[in-house]
Amino acid sequence: MLEIRGIDVSYGDTQVIRDLSLEVRKGEVVALIGANGAGKSTTLKTISGLLRARKGEILFEGTPVHKAEAYKLIGMGLSLCPEARRLFVEMTVDENLDMGSLKGEAKRQRQRTKEAVFGLFPRLKERRRQIAGTLSGGEQQMAAIGRGLMSLPKLLMFDEPSLGLAPILVREIFDIIKKIREDGTTVLIVEQNVKQSLAAADRAYVLETGRLVMQGTGEALLSNEHVRTAYLGV
Amino acid sequence: MPFVILAILAALPLTGLSSYAMHLVILVVMWSVVGMAWNLLGGYCGQVSFGHAAYFGVGAYTAGILYTKMAISPWWGVPLSIPVVALFSFFLGYIVLRLRGPFFALATLASGEVMRVTAENLVDFTGGTLGIMIQERTWVEKTWYYYIILLVATVTFVLVKKLAESKLGYYFVAIREDQDAAESMGINTTLYKTLALCISGCLTGAAGAFYMNYMGYIDPNVVFALHDISIITIMIVMVGGVATYWGPVVGAVIMVLLAEWIRSIPGLGTAHYTFFGILLIIIIIFLPNGIVGDFPKLKRLLKLQKA
Repeated sequence: MLEIRGIDVSYGDTQVIRDLSLEVRKGEVVALIGANGAGKSTTLKTISGLLRARKGEILFEGTPVHKAEAYKLIGMGLSLCPEARRLFVEMTVDENLDMGSLKGEAKRQRQRTKEAVFGLFPRLKERRRQIAGTLSGGEQQMAAIGRGLMSLPKLLMFDEPSLGLAPILVREIFDIIKKIREDGTTVLIVEQNVKQSLAAADRAYVLETGRLVMQGTGEALLSNEHVRTAYLGV
Repeated sequence: MPFVILAILAALPLTGLSSYAMHLVILVVMWSVVGMAWNLLGGYCGQVSFGHAAYFGVGAYTAGILYTKMAISPWWGVPLSIPVVALFSFFLGYIVLRLRGPFFALATLASGEVMRVTAENLVDFTGGTLGIMIQERTWVEKTWYYYIILLVATVTFVLVKKLAESKLGYYFVAIREDQDAAESMGINTTLYKTLALCISGCLTGAAGAFYMNYMGYIDPNVVFALHDISIITIMIVMVGGVATYWGPVVGAVIMVLLAEWIRSIPGLGTAHYTFFGILLIIIIIFLPNGIVGDFPKLKRLLKLQKA
């Protein structure tokens, strides 16, 4: 479904990603893990078109998207749930969800999708008229995931969904991610919470200083010596 | 409520105000237009411009050059400034809208200054620092000037309100709140930012063209002025209330009257910028959303004083 072939990404003269290749197949949950500054968020931003790769290509369902404008990707079924929620904080929950379904099929299905999102997050339904900035951290994350789902994505990408959330909420968010996959959406997660994301992922890639150092199934990586010492501290 | 205010404003010249009072009212209405225009770009779309003098000046010079070079009434400048400024904003936007936040602000500040220096040096075209003077002003009396700028202001108010309440308004706010997230939601942010800039620029330019007709004299230091146009525009919106419909109007009333009042105090007159600075600091500390935006808070503060 998503294929990245040998991309290089730089901020000015500083190269952040070196020759990165990875693949997400239909129906999978794939995790991209690594420490601070490894280039995880940069990778997601590049996939979503907010940054440009200097080299290499990105294919989404066989179509090259590395030169496409960021605002067009959502129409192709590629949706990003940005880091630190990034809701439109002065709009209501309802309005934020509407912003996720601005065009085409997503707009026509808006009411139906919204009901489904409220089914997933009953709390959002109670708070639908509330200004997004006044929600708690967990509720904001739910609203952000809901907004991502509103575009009826084929691939939903999460940038650090567990950031700044209490452990019990982190577990809840990962349960939701599993549910989303069961409903037929492919998922790519970028995370620092290595344990939770490896447990939830079918496959995972480990990124260190912009390079891919390891890949494998979630389970295999969880028991890998290097991953255990470097990321799990055991 | 808006209709009542409009009716009162329309009846204002019938009350036999002095010529000086009418002059102040006209300035207030003109500045409201510039403030509302700035508010569309800065308040709703979140692109804080420090260079609205560029659009004001291009509008004013459109009217002036039509008069000196083509010998037609500078009043044509009011409608004709719209396509001219639209084109100008489009090109300027192509350059400055690539930048964000403080970098955008600095680039717009520079663009206003670049226009001033350009107008000073294109002597054959603009008359340089000598400026442009209209030999015969259309009316001596102020009533018609007032109705014309009131019409422009009404159109501006309705346009900004309709835009802010439309889908476009939501796009603008989304860009203000988080440009990357807006882009990820499928909003062509470049297009909508350019649109906001062009509309804002055109409305400002129309006010500039009116200024040429009303004052009868412009030069680069007047209409491309950093302090007297660009900064005052921001102050009007800040004082009145960013991203509110009536904020720029309230701000224009306060700023024009305050400027006139302070300038008339002997010995203090030249220091009116100092007072503007102090006012801005007070507003930012106590009423960060401006008088209109923080009206409930203002009422509470006043009540506390009485009790």
